[in-house]
Amino acid sequence: MWLRQRAFIEKTLHRLTGTLEHAAYADDAGGKRGFLQQLDPRVKLLGFLGLIFAAAASHRLSVTAALFGAGLILALASGVFALLARFWGGVLFFTGAVVLPAVVLTPGHALLHLPWVGWAVTDHGLHSAVGLTARALATATFAALLVLTTRWGHLLKALRVLGVPTLLVVMLGMTYRALFVLLRLAHVFFEARRVRRVGRLGGSQRRQMAVSSAAMLLSKSVQHSGELYEAMVARGFRGEAHTLDEFRFTRWDWGMFALFGVGAAAAFAMGTLP
Amino acid sequence: MHIPDGYLSPVTCAAMYAAAAPFWMVALRRVQRALSTRLVPLLSVCAAFSFVVMMFNLPLPGGTTGHAVGMAVTTIVLGPWASLLVLSLALLIQAVFFGDGGITAFGANCFNMAVVGSLVAHLVYRTVSGRSAITSPRRVVAAALAGYVAINTSALLAAIEFGLQPLLFHDASGAPLYAPYPLGIAVPAMMLGHLALAGLAEGILSAGVVAWLQHSDAALFKLNEPAPLDGWRLARPLWIGVAGFMIATPLGLLAAGTAWGEWGVEDFNKPEARQAMAMASRNVAPPEKAPRGMERLASLWTAPIPEYAPPFLKSPSFGYLLSATMGVGLVLAASLGLHGIVRATKRRDAASPES
Repeated sequence: MWLRQRAFIEKTLHRLTGTLEHAAYADDAGGKRGFLQQLDPRVKLLGFLGLIFAAAASHRLSVTAALFGAGLILALASGVFALLARFWGGVLFFTGAVVLPAVVLTPGHALLHLPWVGWAVTDHGLHSAVGLTARALATATFAALLVLTTRWGHLLKALRVLGVPTLLVVMLGMTYRALFVLLRLAHVFFEARRVRRVGRLGGSQRRQMAVSSAAMLLSKSVQHSGELYEAMVARGFRGEAHTLDEFRFTRWDWGMFALFGVGAAAAFAMGTLP
Repeated sequence: MHIPDGYLSPVTCAAMYAAAAPFWMVALRRVQRALSTRLVPLLSVCAAFSFVVMMFNLPLPGGTTGHAVGMAVTTIVLGPWASLLVLSLALLIQAVFFGDGGITAFGANCFNMAVVGSLVAHLVYRTVSGRSAITSPRRVVAAALAGYVAINTSALLAAIEFGLQPLLFHDASGAPLYAPYPLGIAVPAMMLGHLALAGLAEGILSAGVVAWLQHSDAALFKLNEPAPLDGWRLARPLWIGVAGFMIATPLGLLAAGTAWGEWGVEDFNKPEARQAMAMASRNVAPPEKAPRGMERLASLWTAPIPEYAPPFLKSPSFGYLLSATMGVGLVLAASLGLHGIVRATKRRDAASPES
């Protein structure tokens, strides 16, 4: 019981801190000097979206593996290989939990029988599980590379090339900033409760604590948005949003853009061949 | 419930983006009209709130913990359209920045959680809370139910999307190309956890937040004061939903075989049907002949449109669609008839001299 109480508060604190850390690492990595960091954010955005699409559509394990390999090389060249492990851990855990039963549940020819239980590992099940895991890893790697090598502000501005309305880009930027404020606030709520706790809390008291923290956070959020709005109006905001677009395409960017395009198109064509 | 990349086929992902897009456009227009310049900071900060609240570990009865999405809370405070946008923003940040949920599957995740979750939460909350006072305990119950039903509906949709993959996308040898589990496994596997844990977490969070706000910050409920609506406008989302389900009825043709326990008397005499019955019943062979009681009762009523296939139509899809339309029409006629009887009784009571 005592352990559960500790686990509940500490788990929440751990998740909140982990998110803050993750964001800080990512922003730090985005500012480093590396291969992908030098590229125009628009090239990276379009290029990685193409690669993600190609990897998600691929039916062939060889193509998915080649895409994953390309991702690893790009990560090494950009100095973010170690940070990718955080993304892979989550993907492998989730995908593993989902696909492992498929190895024995999917109908097909039996390749071997598991000892003790005698369940048959089928060819279709194995193919499906390996393919799905590889696809999930490849797509997660590309998504992570995009985020880890591009500052959030630059990534948001790059969204404009996809035709995302300026209003939405501004809202995403503000959401990201507000996220840090609220993460810290939530962290303070839980930390304050943790250090003041004497004795044991019952189940309903723990629920009450979590729920009242959420409600307090919501109340503070709406209050914070009001203050933010007044500050924006005081600085001349009249409902129209503008972003500064200072990106310039160099020859290197054009070259990489072509390479990304050809790579994604070739992977898509080869990966979806019947 | 955050579907990662690679689980859904590109066709499914494109279809889910297309399904979510009109809701995003309508929501943006409606929210912009209602909130004008306040829209940007309010939605942004509330999206950040949604993101953070998804990280809370909620202790559940029995000693375990669960995570809530907060779809009912944002719907109750901001309204369904603003909540739809808020949750979509939070899901986008999660997908792009934290790798939680896929980028190609973003449309599906938004449709399941932001669109359907918000609209279902709104419908349930409004139906149960009715015109009760802001501080009424009925609103707490309504919030709990809204959260529970909304998250389970979203989970069911995600399970259906998973379950359709092996049915629609497999290679020549029959090996699934994307999510490997058929509907028979995906739906129970997904729903078990959501009905027992995630739904409970969502319900507890929604009820708790509403109860807390009722005592400490009731003004927040005024952000989403409902305008007086006539009957048609109130029921419009429901009609749209019914129409959507009716159009989707031909999907039922994709399901091969007969559902367990829905066998006809004649199935007991067909060898292939008998084999399917045995397989579906863990290899327990069915009786040689149809049970006598079943035979007797089956002949009591012969359906005019058996198997949802009107005999005068050649296309099974159109037959399904027509059956759905006729079914909805009959239910409506019965409801209208019942409504007419109730109204007539009330009028008679009001006109009687005793009252």
